[in-house]
Amino acid sequence: MTIFMIKVTELTKRYARTTAVDRISFEVAKGQIVGFLGPNGAGKTTTMRMLTCFLPPSSGSATVAGFDVLEQPLEVKKRTGYLPETPPIYPEMATSEYLQFVGRLKGLSGAELAKRIDYVCARCAIADVKNKLLGKLSKGYRQRVGLAQAIIHNPDVLILDEPTAGLDPKQINETRDLIKDLAGEHTIILSTHILPEVEQTCEQVVIINKGKLVATDSVRNLQARARGAESVLVEVAGRKGILEPSLVQHKLEQVAGVSRVLCKQQVDARLIFEVESKKGSFVRGDVARAVVESGWDLNELRPAAMSLEEVFLQLTGSEETSQPEMPAEVEA
Amino acid sequence: MRNVWIICRKELRSYFVSPVAYILLIMFGLIFGYFFWNALGAFVFESIQSQMSGQSFPMDLNEWIIRPLLSNVSVIGLFFIPLITMRLFAEEKRTGTIELLATSPVRDIEIILGKWLAAIALYACLLLFTAINFAFLFKYGHPDWKPLLVGYLGLFLLAGALLAIGTFISSLTKNQIIAGAVTFGACLLLYVFGWVSGYESATWARVLAYLSVSSHIESFEKGVLDSKDAIFFLTLIFLGLFFTARSMESLRWRS
Repeated sequence: MTIFMIKVTELTKRYARTTAVDRISFEVAKGQIVGFLGPNGAGKTTTMRMLTCFLPPSSGSATVAGFDVLEQPLEVKKRTGYLPETPPIYPEMATSEYLQFVGRLKGLSGAELAKRIDYVCARCAIADVKNKLLGKLSKGYRQRVGLAQAIIHNPDVLILDEPTAGLDPKQINETRDLIKDLAGEHTIILSTHILPEVEQTCEQVVIINKGKLVATDSVRNLQARARGAESVLVEVAGRKGILEPSLVQHKLEQVAGVSRVLCKQQVDARLIFEVESKKGSFVRGDVARAVVESGWDLNELRPAAMSLEEVFLQLTGSEETSQPEMPAEVEA
Repeated sequence: MRNVWIICRKELRSYFVSPVAYILLIMFGLIFGYFFWNALGAFVFESIQSQMSGQSFPMDLNEWIIRPLLSNVSVIGLFFIPLITMRLFAEEKRTGTIELLATSPVRDIEIILGKWLAAIALYACLLLFTAINFAFLFKYGHPDWKPLLVGYLGLFLLAGALLAIGTFISSLTKNQIIAGAVTFGACLLLYVFGWVSGYESATWARVLAYLSVSSHIESFEKGVLDSKDAIFFLTLIFLGLFFTARSMESLRWRS
């Protein structure tokens, strides 16, 4: 039986003129990482603030770790760790003092508190800045101190608002690994507008747009759902000298069942094409034969998974964000 | 109660880790030291004069030095109280740390009480300077200590009320300067409301005079403990903290 750590039912937040969150419902099973996905201003932060009892919902209900956010906020707060978009740090405090303060605030004391501080410092790799002032720390360290603060009381539920925003790629990877590492012990909701992040870290996605729930499913299912036709990546190389891309493209287009051929990359003598097939036809064999029969080398042939980015754009139906196509995220 | 202490200690730390507390202490020490020196000089001058003119009754230290100085402290306090309270909530709102406090298993009232008590503690540190000066009076003279004690009680009640009002104002804005300026204006107005009673006796003037803190601090400065005045200040403290709690609640509903 799955235990749901977070249950959100028809949750709504209305302001004077706008409705920031409009009747959202979803559930999160224990130990899962859920990506909360949406463009900026979609209502992610508002939803998270309602789950952490910072904002009361206008209507609907939410239970976290079995307690209602309106009825028993203190019980909910004891069992949740929250990292807001900007880490809530006091610049004039040293890291250890800060963790001590937050730990006490969350009800820890004495030897237990000291133990937890050592633990979170090791876990979040901040032991080397334990005695430094928070105001002097780099963005990456601050973020990790923020994360340490959120897990100090070993909460059942972790709510992280854009935990990787503003970090450099190396820090982003470290933070993601850390979050993945924390799942299992904690149930995690993290919000982001970066799609690869969800693909890499989360098992479950909740997509919202303009305050409304668009989709909630596992990452795998969502990708499959949005992928109507098969799409294959083909790497071709000429046996002697450089190949003319248009020639190969023309050849591939002639294969039966192929609807579109796109030259994605050209590295030295190797060409990478994305071949899309019509719905219901499997073209991989024919494509391979066509390449080999033309006297070229077939270096690689693999199915291209649709990136969540495309899924997301499809679901939220936003044309304005169509950017130059990124190389598709490939799933092994 | 434990949570109140946690918050209070954190606030005191941030006062004393930054230069804020020390600058306030030094400035207050200088200002009060000057007042004390002046009052003492005037006292010595007057007593020599009265001796030369043949009047030999001893001059009262309480009446000549302690009472006017206590009254001075209450006025100097008007300038220092906004400086103490302006950052209490405004800073947390600006940096977003209020979200940490509001999502921790702590009641709003515990946060408010902790901050307010820290402000009172800092004010008590300022008053320590006055105590050091007064100690000289006890070393070289024999003033009555009971009125002085009542005077201090009055100062604490007055400061408690104004600090509660300052805490409330700080919870309304993200901007420390605005919080400070509005608090200073409010404190000063509350102090000078009493002046109307000098020339006007209509009901509104009497109400205004009643609301003025200066009319309630007077009896304490004289060394008279009047429960009516004590209740007035306690009511102000309660109202200030109550409105701060409402303001924190509305922060949740609005933002």
